[in-house]
This record gives sequence, structure tokens and C-alpha cells, in this order.
Amino acid sequence: MTLTAKILLLVAGLALAACTNPGRFGADGTAGGAGGVGGGAIVPGSANDPTSPAYFNQAIGDRVLFAVDQSAVTDEGRVILDGQATWLLTNTDFTAIIEGHADEQGTREYNVALGARRANAVREYLVSKGVAGNRLRTVSYGKERPIEICSNEACYAKNRRAVTVLAGGLTG
Amino acid sequence: MRFLGMVLSAALALGGFWSGTALAQSDGPLRIEITEGVIEPLPFALPVFEAETGDAGGLAAQISQVVSADLSGTGLFREIPANAFISQVSSFAAPVQYADWKAINAQALITGAVSVQGNQLAVKFRLYDVFSGAEMGSGLQFTGTTDGWRRMAHKVADAVYSRITGEGGYFDSRVVFVSETGSKDARQKRLAIMDYDGAGVQYLTDSSAIVLAPRFSPNGDRVLYTSYETGFPRIYVLDVGSVQQRVLESQDGTMSFAPRFAPDGQNIVFSLSQGGNTDIWAMNVGGGGATRLTSAPSIETAPSFSPDGSQIVFESDRSGSQQLYIMPAGGGEAQRISFGPGRYGTPVWSPRGDLIAFTKQNSGRFHIGVMRTDGSEERLLTASFLDEGPTWAPNGRVIMFTRETQGEGGRSSLYSVDISGRNLRPVRTPEGGSDPSWSPLLQ
Repeated sequence: MTLTAKILLLVAGLALAACTNPGRFGADGTAGGAGGVGGGAIVPGSANDPTSPAYFNQAIGDRVLFAVDQSAVTDEGRVILDGQATWLLTNTDFTAIIEGHADEQGTREYNVALGARRANAVREYLVSKGVAGNRLRTVSYGKERPIEICSNEACYAKNRRAVTVLAGGLTG
Repeated sequence: MRFLGMVLSAALALGGFWSGTALAQSDGPLRIEITEGVIEPLPFALPVFEAETGDAGGLAAQISQVVSADLSGTGLFREIPANAFISQVSSFAAPVQYADWKAINAQALITGAVSVQGNQLAVKFRLYDVFSGAEMGSGLQFTGTTDGWRRMAHKVADAVYSRITGEGGYFDSRVVFVSETGSKDARQKRLAIMDYDGAGVQYLTDSSAIVLAPRFSPNGDRVLYTSYETGFPRIYVLDVGSVQQRVLESQDGTMSFAPRFAPDGQNIVFSLSQGGNTDIWAMNVGGGGATRLTSAPSIETAPSFSPDGSQIVFESDRSGSQQLYIMPAGGGEAQRISFGPGRYGTPVWSPRGDLIAFTKQNSGRFHIGVMRTDGSEERLLTASFLDEGPTWAPNGRVIMFTRETQGEGGRSSLYSVDISGRNLRPVRTPEGGSDPSWSPLLQ
């Protein structure tokens, strides 16, 4: 609860527009790629404000996906994490919690451990790109928080993920 | 003799495949029945217990029903409907007309009487071996308060089961589990406790935070579990009587989960994730420092103590996939015990010490299985889209586990099965259910 509350406050403080707490476990926070950001006036806090969490979540992409039972960051994942690292190095007031998740094909406690591996793989990658380690915490939800609920690979692929959730400022 | 024969086959079906070398020497036909898993449930008659006081009629009927349900629920006994009875048992003290019970092929007869004085309840029963025309054991009486009537019914059923099978009973026991509501992507979980048969559910936590995998203490007075209350998985201990809970110490920046009590009820083992690596640690539930028991770069989790406390079985993917290992309780070199195809997880040592129950994943299916502690004689008891997390009945003869159905409407519920793979049945809970942990027999 406190985490959600923090994020809500943060987004509100930035003058919102952005969907609150986008895709924390919810729908489509998937990497939109930078292409979605068009011209026109930049609305502070919106997805076309490059300093906003909304931009981080939607334009850069807040999550990376993993192969079955793997925790190695993929090539596609590296592109997204490079974007995340750059953003975090620019927007130094933010910290983040990296959430690791697994699909349902596994035992509960093993999947918590597997999610921890995935979250840590993302954290280590971001640290290797210069983000200070004390800005990045990790948590694993195992198979407890799928975003897709079908029982086939199309859903499983989206559930095997690590999501970088921006949180309160370093001084906050 | 006929009754004795049935007694034997009932006991063997329970012990079955596992009863070992002594049986291999016994006569052929009996053994063949067992390995084929064929058993005819033993027919019993249970006339409604006599009400010895005027106001005991309602409880007498309810208690009789619970005793019958306990026995029938094992799959080893079959109740003969009352409308088939020739003899009526009008008095607990009256002599038994064996011929009347023989005529309807009741091999066991259970009679009882219930009396109520204020809120005090007394239940007594007798068990008769109809075909040998004799009482089996002597009559027993249980006393308590009227609100404990279910427990007294379970105690009667435990005594009957125990006399006929030669095994300990398991009906007077409870299960702590995770009660679930909501769709898969918005699931709400809370801890709940109930009688082994699903009666008397009480909720121990609210659903504001995810809770996982509760485990009873060795005497059933406390429960260890994992909660995300702080936003991170941490270990809690809950006192069953007072429903007070407290979080155990943990190091900042780590995640703790998969806690289990040692047989001494004071020490615990659990998994700790640090920098993406998960190992097994031990600590005292009262506080103090944690000791590391494994230190490998792989995942080590789901520990379970041997009943004598000397060893720990756990799962590790150090070989490249999830497999089962046994190490000394203080840590040290581990021996791999699972070698079949597929992955093995969630090992749980039987309270009798003879077997290890586990979850197996192979070719897209999940199974609950058992193996000897050296990994031999693996036997799969179930198969489905997702079965996991076995827990043992106090007598080590029945296993309860979680079964989750496939697809968008996927739902978890509790099932039980006996170790011969027979008698698979759902355990009804008001909501969805997962992660059961069976208590010892209540005191």
C-alpha cells in the first residue's frame, strides 16, 4: 500500500495526465518504443514529457521479458534497459523497485526465487550502465501476479517479466 | 476370520506398496490385490448413537454423521444405509444381535451413546467385529464441552480407524491454508484454518497482502508463513490461539520465504534471496542471528526436516533443473535423491520418516508423488494441469495438496489422496484454497 500511495502522490505532483501507476501489474505498460512520442506541446507529466514516469513506462518501456525458466536479459531487453538506464541517470530524483515475475508453470516457492533472479538480472544490468545501486531495490512476486491469465505460451511469455517501477525520490 | 482378512487388507492397502519386505514374503494373492490397488471397502453399520439425556438427540445425530463421514471418506470403509438394518440398537448396553448384522454383511458395527449435562458432553462408543462375534477393543468415552462435539466425533472415528487398520488416526486434526478469491490477475489471498474435513473455517489474516505457504509448528500451536505486508516477502509467525502475529527479523534488501519449523518447534529453516541468489538459512524463531546452510549460486528452497531433526530435504536447481537433495540439518554436503525425468520440487518428509512427498513437473503435467528417502520406489499419485505442494496427514498415509485448473477461469482448490494413489477427493472450502499444511493430531 505505501508503495502505491507513493507512486500516486508522485504522479499527481507532476501534474498527471499519465495513467496512475501504469501497468504496475496491470495492462499494457509494454514497451511502446520511442515512436509513439509525437510532436506538439509537451504536457508535463504525460507520456511525451521525457522527464515523466509516464514516458519511462510507455515510451521507454518499464519491463523486459524472459525465456522459460531463464533469467538472462535478452537482446530486446537490453535495448529497453539501456533506455531505462539513460532515463534514470538523467532523472536522478527517482528510485525504482524492480519486480521479478514468473509464469504459472512452476512451483510457488521456486518461482519466488526465479523472480528474484530476474529482478536481480535487471538491477545488475542497470548498475553496469552506471545507475547507483542504492537507487534500485528488487522484489519477487513469483507467479502471484500474472498480467495475462490464459494458460498458454502467449500469456506465459508476457508474465515472465521484470518490471521497473519508479518510486519516490532519493531525498523523499 | 473373514473380518480379520478384511482388516488385514485394509491395513495393507494403507501401507500397501510401502509396507516393505516382510510383506513380500507373505502369501501371493493378497499381495497381488494390493499392488493392483484393488480393495473392497469394509462395510460397516453405524446406528445413530443413543441419546442418553433428553436434549442429546440433535448432537447424537450430528456426531454419528461425522463419524460415518470420517470413515467413509477414507475410501477404506463403506457405510451400510440404515434402512437396510434388521436389528435396531435401542440401548448402548443391550447385547448385540450378531446374526442380524451378519445378514446385511456389516463386518464392523459401531454403537455409541451421547449425553449432555449443561454444556458438558460425553460420547462413548463400542466397536464390534460382527463375523467373529466379539467386541474389538473395549468401549471408550470422550468428554468435553458441547461446542467441541465435532472433535469428539473425530476422536471416535480415529479410534475405530486405528483399531481396524493398525495405523494412527488423522481425523482430529486441522489444516491451515491460503483462502483465495478473485481472478488470476487480481487474486486475493488470506490465511485460514479449518478442521481436516473442511468444517469450521476461520480466517487468520485479511487479504490486504499476499500470503504464501503456511506451515504448522510441530504441536500445531503456531503457524509460519510468508507475507508481502511490507511490500517484500518476509516471514511471520502467528499464534493460532490468540491469532497474534509478528514478523521475524530480516536483513534489509533481502527477501525471506519458505519457512518451516524444526521438530523442536524453536528453530526454523527458510529461504533467503540476496542479490538474486536464494539459499537456505536457519534461525531461532525467537530471534538471534541466522546461519547459512547452503551457499551455492543456484536456487535452494522448500526445505523440510526429517522427523528426527537430523536431516533436511530441499530442492535445488544446481544441476540445471529443480531436483531434490538431502543434507545434514546443520548444512554440509548434500546428496541428490531424485533422478527421474522432469523436475522435482516442494519435498515434504513424512511424519513417519519413511517417505518424501513432492511435486513433479514432466511433459507439461504436474504430479504429486512419493519416494523413499533414498529416492527409490518413486510413485506418482496424481496428474493434472497443476498439482503442487503436498502436506502429510498426521499418520503419514494421506496427502493433501493444491490443484489449480487451467485457463482464464483457473481456480485453486484443495484435494486429498492416499499414498497408494487411491481415494482422490476434493476438500471443500468456502472459497478457493491453496498451500495446505496439515497439523499433527490435536491434543
